[in-house]
Amino acid sequence: MDRIPILRMGHFLLVTIQIDLYDRLATNLESDLVQMVNKTGARGVLIDISALSIVDSFMGRILGNIGSMSKIMDAETVVVGMQPAVAITLIELGLELKGVSTALNVERGMELLQAKIGSDEGELIDEDEDSAE
Amino acid sequence: MSLQVADASLREDLMSNEELREQSNELVDVLLKAMSDRNLSDLSSPDFEPVHEILSGISISRARQGFSPRETGLYVFSLKDALLQNIQEELKNDPPALIDALLKIDKLMDSLGVVTFDTFIKGREEVILRQTDEITEISTPVIRVWDGILALPIIGTLDSARTQVVMESLLQEIVVSGSTIAILDISGVPAVDSLVAQHLIKTVAATRLMGAECIISGIRPEIAQTVVHLGIDLSNIVTKATLASALKYAFAVLKLEVKKIQKEKAAI
Repeated sequence: MDRIPILRMGHFLLVTIQIDLYDRLATNLESDLVQMVNKTGARGVLIDISALSIVDSFMGRILGNIGSMSKIMDAETVVVGMQPAVAITLIELGLELKGVSTALNVERGMELLQAKIGSDEGELIDEDEDSAE
Repeated sequence: MSLQVADASLREDLMSNEELREQSNELVDVLLKAMSDRNLSDLSSPDFEPVHEILSGISISRARQGFSPRETGLYVFSLKDALLQNIQEELKNDPPALIDALLKIDKLMDSLGVVTFDTFIKGREEVILRQTDEITEISTPVIRVWDGILALPIIGTLDSARTQVVMESLLQEIVVSGSTIAILDISGVPAVDSLVAQHLIKTVAATRLMGAECIISGIRPEIAQTVVHLGIDLSNIVTKATLASALKYAFAVLKLEVKKIQKEKAAI
């Protein structure tokens, strides 16, 4: 069965959706991602949907779900690279993805995540340095 | 049927010049060629095709030039008057033939009049459609005011079709330019009803989904009143009084600063 790869980058998880999602794939992604967040203790999840050209209400809901689930597990979610058509569709469907942050591209998304997590991370790094000394 | 109506067109001279006379001459020529005793009673006969064509051409060009329907109509019916006069003089001594000819001419000219109006209105509609297209095209300019800041001044009434165009072009421009802030200036929007407000909210939400922030500026007092009276909640949208203050806010978000350059003398 197809799976969407979830890459780990430091404190963040990176998911790039390269194919059109069907429902099964989306639900799998949802559960995999939550598992991954738990396993790696990731602080942020970045979902790149720039290749996604078709979206339906289910897909929109899954995105929202991922956002809220990660939130409970103390990880920020950023959706990046949404196509204009996808954005219009989601709005027309009434899905505003309230709990999810958005950014224009992966680079901006990373900046945003770092800014959000940054303050906590700063302390952690300091502690590490202290212990090293 | 002998008709010397070439002078019929003269009475139209008050409106235009040589061109008009030429036009009328052409029309009369074709009309005379098309008319014969045989087909006068059958108005749909193909002999009249060229007449219809010329009439259509005339009325469409008149519609474009901005003639009123009344003027165009009178132009065609003036021909009728001239024809009737001629026939009357010619058949003075034969009343039954006169009545017959009058009726036929009357019918013919009426049908020509109808054709004229038909095409006149078609011509007008074409003009209106073209203008509508042009207005939609020019009415949604997305301006890059700064690196990463887009502005979209909306002028005129917002309806669903127009909002769709606005939304699409804005989102497209956000992708192309990689902007993070869009300013929607509605100081040129005369009135806001619940539908328009809904459209605005949708546009703002769509922009947010794209990963950009949307500011609405230029809300006039009357519009603020209506919005509040309609019970529309704009509280989770950043609104600024003027485009300038929206720009200032955008600069603050992008951590930019506008400074007055100190004069060199002062520096020395």
